[in-house]
Amino acid sequence: MDTPEWSGAYRRYDLVKEFVAALVAMVLLTVVLAVVLGSPDRPAISLRHWATAAPADFTLTASTELAGTSATATYGAPYTADPSAGQRLGPLPVQRWGGVREPVDTAKDFVLRPLSTVRGDRPLRAALAVYRAAPPARRRAWATAYATALDKAGGDPAKVARGGYGPVPLLIGRLQTLARGGGLDGILLTEHGPYQTDFAKPLLFLSDGGYLEQQARAEHLGGDQWGMMNETGSYPGQAWLWLYTFWYQIPPFSTSDNADAWVWTLMMLLSLGLVLVPLIPGVRSIPRATRIHRLIWRDHYRHQ
Amino acid sequence: MSGAGPTWTARLRDRAAAAYPPERLLPDRQPAYVASWIYVFGVLTLAALIVALASGALLALEGPQWYHLSAKGHFVNGLHLWSVELFFFTMVVHLWGKFFMAAWRGGRTLTWMTGAVAFLGSIGTAFTGYLVQSNFDAQWIATQAKDGLNAVGVGAWFNVLDYGQMLLFHVVLFPLVLGVLVVWHVLLVRRRGVVPPFPDDRAPRPEG
Repeated sequence: MDTPEWSGAYRRYDLVKEFVAALVAMVLLTVVLAVVLGSPDRPAISLRHWATAAPADFTLTASTELAGTSATATYGAPYTADPSAGQRLGPLPVQRWGGVREPVDTAKDFVLRPLSTVRGDRPLRAALAVYRAAPPARRRAWATAYATALDKAGGDPAKVARGGYGPVPLLIGRLQTLARGGGLDGILLTEHGPYQTDFAKPLLFLSDGGYLEQQARAEHLGGDQWGMMNETGSYPGQAWLWLYTFWYQIPPFSTSDNADAWVWTLMMLLSLGLVLVPLIPGVRSIPRATRIHRLIWRDHYRHQ
Repeated sequence: MSGAGPTWTARLRDRAAAAYPPERLLPDRQPAYVASWIYVFGVLTLAALIVALASGALLALEGPQWYHLSAKGHFVNGLHLWSVELFFFTMVVHLWGKFFMAAWRGGRTLTWMTGAVAFLGSIGTAFTGYLVQSNFDAQWIATQAKDGLNAVGVGAWFNVLDYGQMLLFHVVLFPLVLGVLVVWHVLLVRRRGVVPPFPDDRAPRPEG
């Protein structure tokens, strides 16, 4: 349906001139803001940096990766096949619906395979052989006991109480050495060949530790700090995500294990509602009821 | 080649000419009621989008690591960041303005819908932009956002930890979709014209 022709008065208008003026204004404003305020660029954290700056956190995280108790190891889809893991919408296991399409075995991918690439280290080779020859239950018992003892010792291997950890302390120590030398960054990225762009494995390993979050919280990027809207430094971030991040600040979402699934679903529904505003009785009548339109068209109404 | 009826080309030309006569496509007059600063925010949004696209193209020319390594690149990154912030600011004002005008009236439902979807598409485009900064912020956003996407079962297809996929989403897929939506939205605005004021309604009227 075409708009009925306006039968009232017209005014002179220059669309091209208006567009050029708008473009010039936006260019100037952008340049001024970029010159005066610049942009943030805090360097990324490498595994090398992490293992050097927070060795206790790295060691503790590595031991949980080997024990299979880290956040990634117990994540569920799309990384692991644990049927009890993953977020749900009531009875619906929505997270599992996508399947395990990015499989991750934290012990093998983050610890054992990187260590197996090290050459000329006989104790390491012997430790790997002992670990691999042990039955799965024994491996799990060693790794879990060491992870628990490390946790009690604040992540410092020198303070770990004596116990039956098998070759695990040596493996974790060597992994830290590998990470501090920068080798682990490359190994985790190039598992499928030298030309890679998928940072899933190094990022999952990094985010299993506490260091990344500690750094993020210091930049006010935490989930309960409205972090989605923030940037490093004092720069504005994605302020347009205010409603999305708002839900995470209030119950029941702030206390729910399934908050992501609920908030995503809620935002999808609200987004659909925004698109369908013209068709929703009540909502579509708000503009007329609020009478803000009388302010917008005040000249028009004044001359009527 | 000859045929019984008009060619597809002729039909398309005739329909386009009927829908968009030159004076409608590039008008040099507007109804007198189009006299408020709120109208400026539509064209400002378009202008900011063009600055964002142009600064993004400059970044693309030199590659994704350029802005980490050169002062010139860092400045262009600043242009891209602030043009996007301005784009969202002007777009949100435009959106609220159109809401309070109930700008979907008079056969303009699709105009509203294309604009709303373009707004949502812009959020997705900007989000992938934050993911491809290849810095600490991008690392943190990726490791947090994966939980939201995984929670609803789409994380393996929209894999925020895959820098390559996000870069392609940001510079090809999403801008293409957004570009189509914006052109469609603007053509609908030109076709339907600017929504007229409500009739002088000091007396209450039934819900529309």
